[in-house]
Amino acid sequence: MKSDFGQRGWQLASFVFFFALWELAGRWPVSPAFPPFSQTAVGLWEMILDGTLGKAYLITAQPLLLGVALCAVAGIAFGIGMGLSRAIEWLSLPVFIILQAAPMAAIIPLLTYMYGIGLTSKVLAVIMLAAPVIVMNSYKGIRNTPPSLLQMCRSFQGTRVQEVLKVVLPHAAALIFTGLRLGLAMGFIGIVIAELLITPTGIGDLISYHSSVADYPKMFATIASIVAVAAISLHLLQRLERRLFP
Amino acid sequence: MIVEVKNIAKTYDNGVEALRDVNLSFPKGQLSTLLGPSGCGKTTLLKIIAGLIPRNGGEVLVNGKPVDGPGPERAFVFQDFALLPWADVLRNVAFGLELRGVERKQREETARRYIAEVGLKGFEHRTPAQLSGGMRQRVGLARALTVNADIILMDEPFSSVDEQTRRKFQEDLLDLLRHHQKTVIFVTHSIEEAAYLSDQIALLSPRPGTVSRIVRPDVDRKKAPDEIRRDRGYLDTVDEIWGMLRQYV
Amino acid sequence: MKTVLSLVVWFVLWEIAGRLKISTIVPPFSAVIEAAIEIAPTEKFGKAAIITLRSFGLGMLLALAIGIPLGVVMARVKGVGRLLGMWVNIFVSAPISALVPILMAVVGIGETTVVVTVFLFAVFVITLDTQVGITHADRSLVEMARSFGASRAQLYSKVLFLSALPEILAGVRLGAIRGVKGVVIGQLLVAIIGVGELFEVYSNNFLMEEFWALVTIVFLFAFAISEAIAALERRVEYYAASR
Repeated sequence: MKSDFGQRGWQLASFVFFFALWELAGRWPVSPAFPPFSQTAVGLWEMILDGTLGKAYLITAQPLLLGVALCAVAGIAFGIGMGLSRAIEWLSLPVFIILQAAPMAAIIPLLTYMYGIGLTSKVLAVIMLAAPVIVMNSYKGIRNTPPSLLQMCRSFQGTRVQEVLKVVLPHAAALIFTGLRLGLAMGFIGIVIAELLITPTGIGDLISYHSSVADYPKMFATIASIVAVAAISLHLLQRLERRLFP
Repeated sequence: MIVEVKNIAKTYDNGVEALRDVNLSFPKGQLSTLLGPSGCGKTTLLKIIAGLIPRNGGEVLVNGKPVDGPGPERAFVFQDFALLPWADVLRNVAFGLELRGVERKQREETARRYIAEVGLKGFEHRTPAQLSGGMRQRVGLARALTVNADIILMDEPFSSVDEQTRRKFQEDLLDLLRHHQKTVIFVTHSIEEAAYLSDQIALLSPRPGTVSRIVRPDVDRKKAPDEIRRDRGYLDTVDEIWGMLRQYV
Repeated sequence: MKTVLSLVVWFVLWEIAGRLKISTIVPPFSAVIEAAIEIAPTEKFGKAAIITLRSFGLGMLLALAIGIPLGVVMARVKGVGRLLGMWVNIFVSAPISALVPILMAVVGIGETTVVVTVFLFAVFVITLDTQVGITHADRSLVEMARSFGASRAQLYSKVLFLSALPEILAGVRLGAIRGVKGVVIGQLLVAIIGVGELFEVYSNNFLMEEFWALVTIVFLFAFAISEAIAALERRVEYYAASR
């Protein structure tokens, strides 16, 4: 209705504003390496058409999805464990708090040393960056169960097992999903860093190739595409989240 | 006497003495109220009777036998409703039976009956988010009735509801209890509510909580709901209690 | 302090794992501490630390100077908020390190790139949290101030900013953590300055004690900054709940 047009209208204006700014900035003779929006768009289109972009994503997607999937399974399980057991919480919580604040990128060169420059290193890079947020969110989801619901379950003589299965876990599902979404965001960050620091394949390869031949529109376009892919997939996940957990 | 508490004492973790030497008896089939200002320990006492929080001294007897934790003969109605937000009304009402392992068909049948009794027929598949505060509390009450407990414990059940809904609730509750022979232990801070509903009122004085008086309102409850509020006995009771409690404000 | 005890357990495990030579890349904890004490006073480390701190500081300063005012404007001027809101949200969770190659191409290889990287890593979350804080500043407080005749400047300084301070500080803390990540990633990619360079040198030459010592130092730095700001947050926490 009226507000819907208003919001769509503003989103459109936002895009136009940004791209117009980009176009202007590109035309300003500050640096030959900064192409205007129009040239970047053309470069992007060309890469889509000739399939190079698609192929690159196919390669880059592997360690990303593999890493996030592994993280999801292990991370959620561990987070739940932390939430349910005070002993595990005591031992692991300080570690994960540190890991969340720590610049994990510093360890990546070490990964390269140990596991080479192949898929393993990249998957591990993704896991290292995504795991803390997935674990912490699962943990918080378990810990934040409203005491009132727990008391209610006990008042009807529910056992601890029933309590966990019927009250704690369903309640934690919302935060667990949020953790997965944030984990994917960190996964994107991880795979980009891995591409840049370990060895460029897929998207990273495109970026460094076009940089080396000074084809700046295509280099920019690749970078813009990964930012866009990340933004779109996270946005879709957020909408799914709102649907599942109103 | 179906429920008795003897020499109940309770001290919180922070050292505050919540209850001291509380002795009360609750007659079967009657509605008894714990009344007092904020902080007098009435909810604490109710939860001790329910077996939800541990006590530091004394004992709780149900049908003459001491109890330590929750039991099938006692059902609790929570102040903040405590409904599962992801489950619909039907599942919420049947939850007590679900925990007991009652088969699905049977427990849903029982639940439907009580959903209709509290006036929520047709709302079986709504979720709590789609219900008003008053309706959510009806779900809580239906849940407590569904497990067929003899004793229903209600912790300020109408305090999160607006005034008009509250009045209707009080009337409906009296009506409901006339049909089912339940013993109810009720917690409130509203003098009018206590006088309107109760067969006996235990006044608790604050920190540490102890029983200061027991009042038995002389109200003819066979009258129509509106007439009760103008009954002489009701009005006298309210005045009497206010006279005793005002010193604590 | 249960937390400290937990960490002590981990340090002990680290020591044992190192002594048992479980992995070539994990030296005993004591050796790492020794290395840390050794490299800290050296000139090489000192230079690297100064460069790193400088880049970090400048980048953060820029992020605060631009992020907080921008967040305020976005919250108070609906048009600006609607125009920029989508982009701030996109860039808050986006892989910003993807932009570093561009920076290197445009700005060159050097400290400036690292400063801009720190800025980009930190600014978006600072802007977003400031915007949220100001937007949610208690309406009735604003109305109250206006009813007593507060001027615009007074409204901002005496009511809005303080009311939003818990959120702003939370954003600054997250921004600082991201800033540390930014300075490390920036330096690793640029690879010729600061602690980034040292990380490369140590890992390439398999100087594991030194590598882990540096890791520990940087991690501790990130943690210290985060805790310092958290302490500030706790100071204003007392009124956060009752707003």
